[in-house]
Amino acid sequence: MMAYIIRRVLYAIPILIGVNLITFVLFFFVNTPDDMARMHLGEKRVTQEAVEKWKEERGYDRPMIYNNEADGIKTLTDTIFFDKSVKLFAFDFGQSDDGRNIAHDISQRMWPSLAIALPTLLVGLLVNITLAMLLAFFRATYIDITGVVLGVVLMSISSLFYIIGGQFLMSKLWHLMPISGYDTGIDAFKFLILPVIIGVIGGIGSGTRWYRTIFLEEINKDYVRTSRAKGLSELKVLFKHVLKNAMIPILTGVVVVIPLLFIGSLVTEAFFAIPGLGSYTIDAINHQDFSIVRAMVFLGSVLYIIGLIMTDISYTLVDPRIRLE
Amino acid sequence: MTMGTIQFAFLWTDILIFILVAAIAVFVIYTIKHKHLRDPWKRVFQRRLGMAAFLVLMAYVCVGLLDSVHYKKGDNPEIISLFDDLVGGLRTREEKSYSAPFATHLFAKEMMERADGSRVRGYPRLQYGGAHLQDPHKDKWADITQRVLQAVLLALIAWLLFSALMILWLARRKQQTWRSMLSSVWHGKESLPWKVVLVTLGLLILFMALLLQLSTHYHVLGTDKVGQDVLYQSLKSIRTGLVIGTLTTLFMLPFAIALGIMAGYFRGWVDDVIQYLYTTLNSIPGVLLIAAAVLMLQVYMSNHPDQFGDVISRADARLLFLCLILGVTSWTGLCRLLRGEAMKISQVEYIQAANAFGVGHLRVISRHILPNVMHIVLIAVVLDFSGLVLAEAVLSYVGVGVDPTTNSWGNMINSARLEMAREPMVWWSLIAAFSFMFMLVLAANLFSDAVRDAFDPRLQRQQ
Repeated sequence: MMAYIIRRVLYAIPILIGVNLITFVLFFFVNTPDDMARMHLGEKRVTQEAVEKWKEERGYDRPMIYNNEADGIKTLTDTIFFDKSVKLFAFDFGQSDDGRNIAHDISQRMWPSLAIALPTLLVGLLVNITLAMLLAFFRATYIDITGVVLGVVLMSISSLFYIIGGQFLMSKLWHLMPISGYDTGIDAFKFLILPVIIGVIGGIGSGTRWYRTIFLEEINKDYVRTSRAKGLSELKVLFKHVLKNAMIPILTGVVVVIPLLFIGSLVTEAFFAIPGLGSYTIDAINHQDFSIVRAMVFLGSVLYIIGLIMTDISYTLVDPRIRLE
Repeated sequence: MTMGTIQFAFLWTDILIFILVAAIAVFVIYTIKHKHLRDPWKRVFQRRLGMAAFLVLMAYVCVGLLDSVHYKKGDNPEIISLFDDLVGGLRTREEKSYSAPFATHLFAKEMMERADGSRVRGYPRLQYGGAHLQDPHKDKWADITQRVLQAVLLALIAWLLFSALMILWLARRKQQTWRSMLSSVWHGKESLPWKVVLVTLGLLILFMALLLQLSTHYHVLGTDKVGQDVLYQSLKSIRTGLVIGTLTTLFMLPFAIALGIMAGYFRGWVDDVIQYLYTTLNSIPGVLLIAAAVLMLQVYMSNHPDQFGDVISRADARLLFLCLILGVTSWTGLCRLLRGEAMKISQVEYIQAANAFGVGHLRVISRHILPNVMHIVLIAVVLDFSGLVLAEAVLSYVGVGVDPTTNSWGNMINSARLEMAREPMVWWSLIAAFSFMFMLVLAANLFSDAVRDAFDPRLQRQQ
């Protein structure tokens, strides 16, 4: 087991190097630091001095990959590539373009993101699986068909509509909860209800449909027929056998997103003014703060890869047929 | 309309759209000629929902195609599309600011000067919306009712004419009398659901007639902040949605097919390299990669304005690039599917036989593997479409979508969102954008369900 995990982690390293190279090329070769400086300083006729100063303050004045003027190991370390990209591996995100410590910001802002994303995932899972079980129980009846059609309709509605409509109904019309905002501690609760409800409702269409397919696939298998032939009630068959075996494909989808919950949802957080990582990213995009976007791209990839490794490990826990040797 | 010299202007997306249309036409002709390809498509159209969804999609496609023929007219330097020309006044009838659907007055109070020179605050009359009415408060609804009735009558005539022609054509083709044809269509005895065709087309015709009758004298969906007709914006956004949904797939398909099949067929180090490539790309969260790429494009565009010509070509370049980057982020899923399938197929006896006979790899792939994975490609293409249309709105909201000057549902929602706090609310832009998007996505989803059911061999065995 341990050997497998170590091997998987080692396998993740070349992928992270690849991600790092992609972001480096994207951020420093498509546009030179000079271009970024001009963009940031805004004016059409920026003096070269201003550009140089901007670059120097943020450490973009060094050579890209190889420093001719330095000596020893410094030919490689005193470069933009080492300073801005290689250091990401140590989770040293450096400073944002307006001089804030990115690592500190991230450690502060991931909790509000998690506070929304985790309940949304859990409640959503519960609701979707329950509904999917219901449809599977009533399969090929009018309840099932109506459910499937309703699912397609729900799926076809833009996520933005759920958010805007939810805010309008719940907060503006019925004054049930605050329209947006966030607070620390227990007070955060009232701000969290609306985004979580909207997140769950927005996911019902595709979620229920997906789990229904998984259940139906399982229901047609031989062991289910056998258990029915034994005389087990349909409910028992569904809960004891189908649900248990369907957990394997369900886990693939769920475990992989758990680490990404820290990143949060860009759109939800922006609409509800949640000070999480999603709105952090949006602000960075709007202010064209490249350091933050770069850090978030790297962080997102790391979390995704952790999710993949966790998925593989969770397989062994729920499915004794899979051995990791 | 003055007819001057017409000088066609080809935007990049226009060219690609027409290449795509040509490719689809070739594909359709090829399909019709081969029975094993024709049969699953027949099953798609035999489903009532599949047929209805297809017709709605076609209505969208028509608007999109009309909107993809661009030209300059006479001395006017402005590039317009055939669609702009056809809707005429819808584009040019601009009010001063917000006005509600069917309104005759502006939405917000303004200082107005009376005939006697005194100034008073009130709602000014619209310049175009209901301008033909003497007393809007009294006459408006009577006028609208009259126009609706006219539209219904017109639509009914057009629909009856069409239905009669269709029945006659079917009767001629099947060598029956029109009476027996009519009854078998009505009772659904034909292999294709012609009744659904008639009902769907009837609704579409009615919808069009209503718009034609009403939009010439009213702003049916209101006007936006700068006074532009919201109906016009919603219709113009169709092209953007379709372009993103289709061109993205066009960019992604070659990568996904070539790399997926190569990985599954050759295995070994080729497989390793390709797997590494897509795992790496896949591990970057999609929105973040798109955001990063679009940010870089913005910087590039603002630093090299000379390369992008006028506003329209610039917005077009951005739309094209967005499709490209969406394609880069979305090929990995299909690639993985194809790799698995190619791996399975290359173990089958006939491939091994082909290899033993010394048939070249390229030939084995193109003759034996590609045709056997085409259904997966097709299902993926149709399934992706609706997701891409929805993604456009979200990306535009985040600020990394299409150019702010491009008409798109995302941009409409984004600008309307800022007015949410207004009291009373300006709701019509939002509702218009969401409804148009919803209809397209719903039709696409229903159609893709029909396609999947007809093409997926696994599902057929279950039935």
